[in-house]
Amino acid sequence: MAGGFFFVDTPRCTACRGCQVACKAWHKLPGVKTRQWGSPQNPKDLGPDTYRLVRFREYNQKDKAVRDYFSDACRHCLDPPCKDAADQYVKGAVVIDRSGAVIHTEKTALLGENAEEVMVACPFNIPRKDPGTGILRKCNMCFDRLKAGLEPSCAKACPVGAINFGSEKSVMALAQSRLATAKRLYGHTAQLLNADEVRVIYLIADEAEKYYEFATY
Amino acid sequence: MTNHWIDIKNSDCILIMGSNAAANHPISFKWIYRAMEAGATLISVDPRFNRTAAQADLYARLRSGTDIAFLGGMINYIISKKRFHRDYLAEYTNAGFLLNPEYGFSDGLFTGYRPGERKYDKSSWAFVRDGNGIPRRDPSLGDPNCVYQKLKKHYARYTLKKVSATTGTPVEDLVKVWDIFSKTGALEKTGTILYAMGWTQHTVGVQNIRTMSIIQLLLGNMGRPGGGINALRGESNVQGSTDHSLLYHIWPGYLGAARAGQPTLAEYNEKNTPRSSNPQSANWWQHKPKYMVSYLKAMFGGSATVENDFGYGRMPKIDDDASYTWLDLFDAMYKGELEGFFSWGQNPANSGANSGKTRKALGKLDWLVNVNLFDNETASFWEGPGVDPKKIKTEVFLLPCASSMEKDGSVTNSGRWMQWRYKAADPPGEAKSDGQIMVELWRRVRGLYKEKNSVFPEPILSFRPELFKSGRYDADSVARLINGYFEKETTVKGKTYSKGSLVPNFTFLKDDGATSSGNWLYCNSYTEAGNMAARRKKTDPSGMGLFPQWAWCWPLNRRILYNRASVDHKGNPWSPNKEIIRWNGVNKRWVGDVPDGGWAPAAKLPFIMKPDGVASIFGPGLADGPFPEHYEPLEGPLKKNPFSGQRINPAVRAYDSTADSWLSHNPRYPIVATTHRVAEHWQTGTMSRRMPWLLETQPALFVEMSHELAHLKGIINGGRCIIASARGQLEAVALVTFRLKPMTISGKTVHQVSLPFCYGWLYPKNRGDAANLLTASVGDPNTGIPETKAFMVDVKKKGRA
Repeated sequence: MAGGFFFVDTPRCTACRGCQVACKAWHKLPGVKTRQWGSPQNPKDLGPDTYRLVRFREYNQKDKAVRDYFSDACRHCLDPPCKDAADQYVKGAVVIDRSGAVIHTEKTALLGENAEEVMVACPFNIPRKDPGTGILRKCNMCFDRLKAGLEPSCAKACPVGAINFGSEKSVMALAQSRLATAKRLYGHTAQLLNADEVRVIYLIADEAEKYYEFATY
Repeated sequence: MTNHWIDIKNSDCILIMGSNAAANHPISFKWIYRAMEAGATLISVDPRFNRTAAQADLYARLRSGTDIAFLGGMINYIISKKRFHRDYLAEYTNAGFLLNPEYGFSDGLFTGYRPGERKYDKSSWAFVRDGNGIPRRDPSLGDPNCVYQKLKKHYARYTLKKVSATTGTPVEDLVKVWDIFSKTGALEKTGTILYAMGWTQHTVGVQNIRTMSIIQLLLGNMGRPGGGINALRGESNVQGSTDHSLLYHIWPGYLGAARAGQPTLAEYNEKNTPRSSNPQSANWWQHKPKYMVSYLKAMFGGSATVENDFGYGRMPKIDDDASYTWLDLFDAMYKGELEGFFSWGQNPANSGANSGKTRKALGKLDWLVNVNLFDNETASFWEGPGVDPKKIKTEVFLLPCASSMEKDGSVTNSGRWMQWRYKAADPPGEAKSDGQIMVELWRRVRGLYKEKNSVFPEPILSFRPELFKSGRYDADSVARLINGYFEKETTVKGKTYSKGSLVPNFTFLKDDGATSSGNWLYCNSYTEAGNMAARRKKTDPSGMGLFPQWAWCWPLNRRILYNRASVDHKGNPWSPNKEIIRWNGVNKRWVGDVPDGGWAPAAKLPFIMKPDGVASIFGPGLADGPFPEHYEPLEGPLKKNPFSGQRINPAVRAYDSTADSWLSHNPRYPIVATTHRVAEHWQTGTMSRRMPWLLETQPALFVEMSHELAHLKGIINGGRCIIASARGQLEAVALVTFRLKPMTISGKTVHQVSLPFCYGWLYPKNRGDAANLLTASVGDPNTGIPETKAFMVDVKKKGRA
């Protein structure tokens, strides 16, 4: 399949949040006023000014601490439910770029209260509505960078190869080889999430709900 | 680092201790993962289950300040399980050297201790030498007076039970770590250590690293790919600034700073140049006089001549017993002994231990110049919390400077690579590069010295007048001078070099004034072939990650220090899978990395910077003992050191000002504390707190604590609490986590908390102040580095959570 794919290797993520900051830098998004709420996860959630967020969870397993990190952003579904929902109301509000990027355009502002339906349609709880303009906002795969021959800013920033970007073939090959390693290290909980439905394939080592309730559906 | 970042991939076991590399050196994991993919084991030892621990195969908890106990136990384990590399130990270290029979150790004290001075007379820590001054040795390591036998005896006391009772590490975790790491004593394996301020910032900081050095020598891991002792530096150019003598006691290239008792160059050389009559010892520091004269020529050019001692008399001399470490300077400032202070690219009001003392000390100055990108807690100390501006006499100047992207120059990374950077943009407004600010200051000072009746103007007026003639700082010409020039036409090995040409490398440097070099270690970095640091060729012929034409590495582009220890007497690698250099017997040449000297394999011993040619298991030069010994931190939870009657380091550097107080094993402050960094902020946060994308990720001071401690104190996650020590107190948000747990230390339950040191009162408001308000100004006896990684506090809930 043409277009770009991501492979997110969560066991490899060290939660440096380079991806989260690089995303803001490229998209010129403002810093959000946050407070220390008893977690390193900040901002607390995705928002109209936060397209990518590293989610932190920690558990006590057999008296040992375990940390799960999840760099959360749009999965760029191959058959995006958000587009189906938006198409009912405003053509061109959600479009699919040649890169495969699912893009919420400025026309999402015309959805009005129907925007809620588009948001709810997302099985991964991604789109956020800008309270000022009414535009739906989320990751757009840095499609402008792709056109210029650059990889998405999150993948470029990741220092450890946890976020990888490339063709379907190269991403799938990497995903399969890392999955084999992860199965050896972590056992049956190691899996690829929704690999045949999305362009952003996550490898996880622990049960999906331990990372985030919308990690998969 | 003795090795370098990429070399981590060659390791079979990576121990990260005293460092949270995943958070603070994120790029390290690129190479750690390469090693792990090839089967390496990653071990994390830390009081906190931090981001590094989360990636590790094995994690072990320890109490802050007990690393020597932990590692001393590993030495005992290696010896008792015979995991050491015997040939390496016997031939390449001083393990077989016979010790002066007067040397001894009893109940925590080495021989020669002078209690009143908190110092040792080190004369008994010596080797028995033959008529030529060469140490006598027993290669079988069996002589009861040899270093190895003394080592064995010293660390036999570090039993599993006693170590566990000291560190709080469960015995099964100790055994696992010791077992896995010590397996790298096998020829075909190497292990590496990555450490940072978690090891250095203790009253036993130097000995923490010494303990690991002994382990690496026992296992034969020094000089080998995937091995070494690797300090992860806390600033992008801290390696470079140290190489170029940022510290008071050295001149560029680690030449000792001149002392008042060495009024002439001859006396300096006499005192500072080691000698060896062992033909097998390269004793590289014997060349020091050449480096010293070349340095003086770099300073004074044509006016440095044989007749005037090359201008040695113009250089400042430190009183013989004077010490000007950070803690000494701020103690003197606090006592009103300093008039002025340049605070350049730093924020001492937050970064130094005992910030309360530092902030008061700043108020004793007449003037303070702060050169920085932004205003910080140092420049604005006069309006800080609890300070009445009307009562501050200090005049403060804030000079805006260029950021690293706004100037040309080099940065030397942890792996000793000098990498050239080009300016990307002009600095904003009136900001200038640090170099430009210094040149302009220099011109003013020089102008004043030109006036009549100026006192001793020679040092200032004779400093290479041509260097900044244009009035502009030029990084390229400074880089050339650091490498050095032929100062006159010179013939070396049959080849003639014209005056003004760049010296090819430091083996060409002379002590007769024919050459200059601003820093001998960097001689070879900028040659007639160009600026070596600007090279960017991505080829790796060795396949071992050397990339010899990517930038340049000191010394002589040698990527792994002491690499002659990676081969046996014939010049063959100890194991073929760990080849970094090899002797080609046919054409009589080394292949691979730049060797530590080109002599044939058995001709010279591998540790060329040591006078006896071997590495030190026994370290007679240290201030606090030739073998590392566990002492409790200045402030600790125990009344008695489990290892001896000596509770704290007997040679500790302590201060007696009114701002220096501490309370150890005191019920008022029962909780062990440490400070740490976070990935999202840089140093004290002067830069990163002003960056909204970073501030949103870590918006406020927090204190990490276990669920058990929080329950005990009625503190909830996200609630506010007060942390207090004998010196100050702070308000922070509680981060209650499974990642810290109470420990059992000598039978009692001990809690530990940890807080980052990157916040300050200036910006953002009410989000917390410097963690160093809690720490003590007490220092390691060798370096004076403060003990900010182990101290005692209490934690209380603040109001309604």
